Amino acid sequence: MAEKSGFLVRIITPDRVFYEDQAEMVEFNTTEGEIGVLPGHIPMTVIVKPGILYIHEPAGEKKAALHAGFAEILPEGVTILAEIIEWPGEIDENRAKSAMERAERRLQGKAANTDLARAETALQRAVARIQVLK
Amino acid sequence: MASMRDIKRRKSSIQGTQQITKAMKLVSTVKLQRARASAERSKGYFTCMYDTVNNILQRVGHIDHPYLTPGESRRKAVIVITSNRGLAGGYNSNVTKLVTRHPQWKKEELDIYCLGNKGREAFARGGYCVKECDNDIVESPVYADAAALSAKLLESFAAGEIGEIYLAYTGFKNTVSHVPTLLRLLPVEVDAAAAQSEGSGEATAIMNFEAEDTEALDQLIPKYVTSLIYGALRESVASENGARMQAMDNATSNAEEIISDLTLKYNRARQGSITQELTEIIAGAEALG
Repeated sequence: MAEKSGFLVRIITPDRVFYEDQAEMVEFNTTEGEIGVLPGHIPMTVIVKPGILYIHEPAGEKKAALHAGFAEILPEGVTILAEIIEWPGEIDENRAKSAMERAERRLQGKAANTDLARAETALQRAVARIQVLK
Repeated sequence: MASMRDIKRRKSSIQGTQQITKAMKLVSTVKLQRARASAERSKGYFTCMYDTVNNILQRVGHIDHPYLTPGESRRKAVIVITSNRGLAGGYNSNVTKLVTRHPQWKKEELDIYCLGNKGREAFARGGYCVKECDNDIVESPVYADAAALSAKLLESFAAGEIGEIYLAYTGFKNTVSHVPTLLRLLPVEVDAAAAQSEGSGEATAIMNFEAEDTEALDQLIPKYVTSLIYGALRESVASENGARMQAMDNATSNAEEIISDLTLKYNRARQGSITQELTEIIAGAEALG
């Protein structure tokens, strides 16, 4: 049963259950800005944007890089359907750094055929990955 | 009666076949366990995705959104998931039959997107328009592949090249029961979704959206389509191995039956030849005496 102070946080990816436990608060980035969700939130569905996910557990705080998906928020819990999500241990820092440089170069270059939206998402992802590692 | 040598040769050849089918059965049992585990692991994602999208569609009612209304074109895209290899009983033909024997569909209106070589062969033989074929996806489904395929289909849907998108796959119920299923991906079936959740009788809490309804749908429906394709792939792989396991199990026991029949025949022939030899010897001895 849920304790009074916490609520159930479930993070599911297409391949596995990434996280499922009681937590006090979760924070992540959405299309409408960064939000923090506490127990008893009104029902809401939000679309995830690349950013850092913080899970505040009674014992401490956990971080992960959350890149795409959406979240269903209910008073008694949060379910995040994540297409891509990684624990800090699963991230290759060098790769993230080079991806960031690549994306930045593409955004600055402004060649006619650059897919700006895609380059921007790539940049956001790389930044999220690097920040999680810090 | 066949000679002893013929029977012996036939028996040993069937024994060889039996060994192969036995080995194939073992291999697909292991593969089935793996495929089933991963299908079950990802199931939570799809049920959750399905519920959420249903919930949203129910709430927004009959909104005029391109993904919810059939396109102008009469062409239909059908994604067919089959296996790359045969010897899986009726697994492949059951799926292709869903499409070829569909009462309302005309051959000329269909664009077939094949995942799996067996489906491509069957449709090419039947003279269907096979737009695209990817055989590697079914070996080990990856989410990114499903995403690429759904992006491509959604693009041609948005461009008005196709009016509807269907998905034909084999649902995995349990090890022995696999259900060939035909599912309409786009336009999303709102009414069926609404009826289903009314049936469950659960009053879902009113859901708010941070993005606007249409915007949320723009984002959610591609994810929804992708996840359905991916889920179907996972289930199909599990079903394929299940079907092959069953087929090979049957083949092994059939071989067993033939072998015991041949053993009997062989022994009879051997006994017959001994008796014949004896009679000849006795007859010879009598003639001499």
